[in-house]
Amino acid sequence: MRWLLVAVIAAATTCSDVLQAAAMKRHGEIRDFRPGAIGRLLAMLVRNRLVVTSVVAMTVSFFAFIALLSVADLSFAVPATAASYVLETVLAKYLLKETVSAGRWAGALLVACGVAMLSL
Amino acid sequence: MTETHADPRLKTSFFTALTVLSSVSGNFSLSWGMRQFGRLDSFSLMAYARAVFNPWVALGISLLMLWLFSHMTLLSWADLSYVLPVTSIGYALSALAGRVFLHETITFWRGAGILLIVVGVAMVARTTPHGSGASS
Repeated sequence: MRWLLVAVIAAATTCSDVLQAAAMKRHGEIRDFRPGAIGRLLAMLVRNRLVVTSVVAMTVSFFAFIALLSVADLSFAVPATAASYVLETVLAKYLLKETVSAGRWAGALLVACGVAMLSL
Repeated sequence: MTETHADPRLKTSFFTALTVLSSVSGNFSLSWGMRQFGRLDSFSLMAYARAVFNPWVALGISLLMLWLFSHMTLLSWADLSYVLPVTSIGYALSALAGRVFLHETITFWRGAGILLIVVGVAMVARTTPHGSGASS
């Protein structure tokens, strides 16, 4: 049961993050943080299909996560959800066309190993 | 905060910190609430709805909404391959929060994992948030 929930969380989190990044790349840099501008931004984002789909994926991930928290420690649950980590970096390079330097790959791999070790 | 052309490094640092802190405190609050609520054995919607009305779970959801806003704001100028590793320092902070507040054990391997995450985050944080990913 625990590992089924981990698989659901990993798949849903990956979808959610990649869709969010794609939506925000299309939107462009947010520079205006006045309340009215934030309100208009939120109104626009809730009508954006990529953002809505990413929130649906995040909701699936969220309910699987609280189900996991009810049967496992926080220190198992949080690292286990990082199973999507390497997959997301690969998708960032090939789907989102990001340039990932050697330093960034090395740092990402160290973080992935560290996160995996947290569950030992 | 108004419309700004603030130092991009400062803006990135601010939203990275907000993303990490809202994520760690949100996850901690959810975990605390689920401990009070008990085991979710079924996929009944009513059981989930009751869990959501636990004050700690509700606070956790509010903090995770703040996380969503700050994460999306950060992604509007920074690469996903930058944001993912840099905000993962939250995993190390979650393990430490579990140790301090929930009295969970930090084994030798967990301690070593935290150290690797800190080194990895420092390496990625030296790269530019957007574009070449080269060290700045």
